Amino acid sequence: MESTAVKEYTYKDFASDQEVRWCPGCDDYVILRAMQKALPEMGVKKEDVVFISGIGCSSRFPYYMDTYGMHSIHGRAPAIATGVKLANPNLSVWVITGDGDAMAIGGNHFIHLLRRNVDLNIILFNNEIYGLTKGQFSPTSTVGLKTKSSPYGNTQPPFIPGELAIGAQARFFGRIGGNTPKEMTQIFIECEKFKGTSLIEVLQNCPIFNDGCFSQYTDKAVRADMQLFVEHGKPMIFGKERDKGLILNGLKLEVVTIGENGIKQEDLLIHNAKEQDPTLHQMLVRLRYPLVTGIIRSFDDITLEERQKEQTAEVKAKSSFMKVDDLFFSGDTYKVN
Amino acid sequence: MITTEENIKQEVLEAVIIRFVGDSGDGMQLTGTQFSDTSAMFGNDIATFPNYPAEIRAPQGSLYGVSGFQVHIGSVEISTPGDEVDLLVAMNPAGLKTNLHAVKPGHTIIVDTDAFTKKNLAKAEYESNPLEDGSLENYRVIEVTMTSLTKEVLKDIKGLDNKSIVRSKNMFALGMVYWMYNRSTDHTIAFFNKKFKSKPQIVEANTKVLNTGYYFAETLELIPNAYTIAPAKMKPGTYKIIMGNTATAWGFLAAAEKSGLDLFISSYPITPASDIFNEFVKHKHFGVKALQAEDEIAGITSAIGASFAGNLAITMTSGPGLALKGEALGLAMIIELPLVVINVQRGGPSTGLPTKTEQSDLLQSLYGRNGESPVIVIAASTPANCFDFAYEAAKLTIEHMTPVILLSDGYIASGSAPWKIKSVADMPEIKNNIIKEANENWHTYDRDENTLARKWPIPGTKGLEHRVGGLEKDRITGNVSYIADNHEYMTKIRAEKIKRVQNYIPNLTTEFTDNGDLLVIGWGGTYGSLYSSVKQLKDEGYKNIGLAHFNYINPMPKNTETVLKQFKKIVVCELNTGQFAKVLKINFNGFEFLQFNKIQGLPFGNSELTEKFKQLISS
Repeated sequence: MESTAVKEYTYKDFASDQEVRWCPGCDDYVILRAMQKALPEMGVKKEDVVFISGIGCSSRFPYYMDTYGMHSIHGRAPAIATGVKLANPNLSVWVITGDGDAMAIGGNHFIHLLRRNVDLNIILFNNEIYGLTKGQFSPTSTVGLKTKSSPYGNTQPPFIPGELAIGAQARFFGRIGGNTPKEMTQIFIECEKFKGTSLIEVLQNCPIFNDGCFSQYTDKAVRADMQLFVEHGKPMIFGKERDKGLILNGLKLEVVTIGENGIKQEDLLIHNAKEQDPTLHQMLVRLRYPLVTGIIRSFDDITLEERQKEQTAEVKAKSSFMKVDDLFFSGDTYKVN
Repeated sequence: MITTEENIKQEVLEAVIIRFVGDSGDGMQLTGTQFSDTSAMFGNDIATFPNYPAEIRAPQGSLYGVSGFQVHIGSVEISTPGDEVDLLVAMNPAGLKTNLHAVKPGHTIIVDTDAFTKKNLAKAEYESNPLEDGSLENYRVIEVTMTSLTKEVLKDIKGLDNKSIVRSKNMFALGMVYWMYNRSTDHTIAFFNKKFKSKPQIVEANTKVLNTGYYFAETLELIPNAYTIAPAKMKPGTYKIIMGNTATAWGFLAAAEKSGLDLFISSYPITPASDIFNEFVKHKHFGVKALQAEDEIAGITSAIGASFAGNLAITMTSGPGLALKGEALGLAMIIELPLVVINVQRGGPSTGLPTKTEQSDLLQSLYGRNGESPVIVIAASTPANCFDFAYEAAKLTIEHMTPVILLSDGYIASGSAPWKIKSVADMPEIKNNIIKEANENWHTYDRDENTLARKWPIPGTKGLEHRVGGLEKDRITGNVSYIADNHEYMTKIRAEKIKRVQNYIPNLTTEFTDNGDLLVIGWGGTYGSLYSSVKQLKDEGYKNIGLAHFNYINPMPKNTETVLKQFKKIVVCELNTGQFAKVLKINFNGFEFLQFNKIQGLPFGNSELTEKFKQLISS
């Protein structure tokens, strides 16, 4: 959506002078460009943007952005970003991470960031594989996947990132295919607007080690039939012919066809991303047919930094200590002459 | 009854060591603290040390549930909580059994005989009652039915349950000790009034029991003499009794205010470092930003994030936690950001002895990271100078743009001593490297020509957008660089930056004599023990023993080799198997570094040190 106002920046302002070194055909290029296009739309100042990444292919991302950035150590980006945000809540802070970085080595930081609801954004590049170490299975790889570290097939059941995240009290969760840049750009803008931790899972194809792992959902030919792109306040409808949708049947979601068995469009579920109760959001996240994309959950809640700010103000108002000397010379002191 | 006043000799002592022991729930820490605070306010120099079990509520009466608090007070300079005690107050058989070895023969033990029941004796694994079997005949034992006397005194106070009544018996003991050492009860009564403001019957009960204990001792024929300890000669000023961990936190509060930076602290609870965090979070009125992290790694990494964003960032831990922080410390080091990691050392390896002291993290602090990753390492050496070295750690990390490890240990962290209060106005200036304006020629790794510190560009500053990271960086632009020569250059310049800190730290001083037969070397928390031992020998006439105590470990003071050359023999004393001795051997050729080591989770004792030094001098 183009706004008529003159923008302070174009996407080029956010590109660094560093040569991008991902493999040809990698979805990471799409994500990078979507981010560079989204940032000028957000109304944030370039000097207030900070990208923090861990380790992995995706984590090279900050080097390609002409903003403040830190390419840190494996799994720790959520904790580092928390420190950045608490130190200066005015910054727009982004965590760039992958499936191994966020859910294996950094799993603890990932869940605790979501629990605390610090106002920052996480872009999770999920390719269901370890790319930088050249092809081992990851915590999101499917069972049976043959990789360098599972030549006879992966025996470890995978996480569904959204399920883990919402279980850890994520207030904002979105999912988007790695080959739909327009929608991706829009979602990035939305997650910056959201006050609290927002998590976007990008289904990112790795053309080298796990090519086509999402193609059954993301290929242009099948996308409309296999993906349900949800929007808040709109019916859960999908399909090339826009004739399929979701209803709730008992405790399960059911795919129905409009016009069959007396189903009308009004019978379909209306998406409420802002609902506090995560039950339906969890069901949507787990669904495999159709695969649900778009902003699945967006529940407004107080952030950690707001809680801390409030508390500090309260303590300050009650305290008689203005300077540390007041503390040092308070209480049981005694004089030696 | 004969009034005691005519009988009592007021004996004058230079110093006295008292230990209060009892069950975890007997209030021994409070009793000890009250006695030491009162003595400090009277003008004595003091040093204290608590000794409590790792179990929070160990089974009542058990040997491992004994909690103790030792106080050393004097009219002379006091530098340690002391070894052997002049007075043991034992509230139960388990306390007596586990502490009897520390009582000087011929000296006094006060016991609550009510606690010496069959059941308690069995729990303390006594086959016969030590009060009856003659096993205490080398001591002067004062038997008092403290619990029943306490109950008797409080029987008329309404609204007190039996538990609260029995709990007050520690005040009976304290009252007795106050009388024996000619101390006023005023400070403690004032304390009751403040602490139990809303519970007047508790104030009344405690006051009553305290006074009863005091008068009981006065009228008791069993105590043949009372003592006085005159005020010590201390530098004029305003003082406060402070614990090492508290002093550490306050040092950083002072540094934050002086430097004008916001203070960010993040850590994961671990014994015995947790009290530093607990102290910081009390002071949100100063704007302290605090995060209790999900683990040790998040403790340091969130601090790195806060430092990147321009805060003075601190994380604190003990041995095992330092191991977990290793990788992230390497990141802070290669990024070249200010960061202080406080390590309150405890007995290791692994979980080791969490509540005991040791100095065994020195090599971990110096070398415990992958790659070539030197950092500044400094060590506090007394409870009070934890303040100074915390301040110094902040100053060094901000001015030199490299992480600092500040070492403390369980002994000085939990010990307390008088601190001559310092005003922030009197602390040295802290100059930061923050760059506020973009300059076309600015590069991420431009360095100060003297310190080699890089600039500190903070997110939010226009035109200074830049990327840092764990990958090796170009020596100027800060872009990722795999160039061979550049890596060697960067490795060397990071090391050189640490070495140049030598130009900004004080010289090593020797105490007692600048040259002679024996140089005693120590570092960190052993200072008090080593100082008092060398001083004792000097008082005995040994004029050729000097003491050189290190607070700066990496880099070491410039004049170190010169100091070493002034002595015929050198002995390095440490609470480990010889880690600092190893470091000295690597750095200084041509010296023989003798060692004296102790690995028992305990501080050095005075007699073991003096014996060793005498032997080295005569051989």
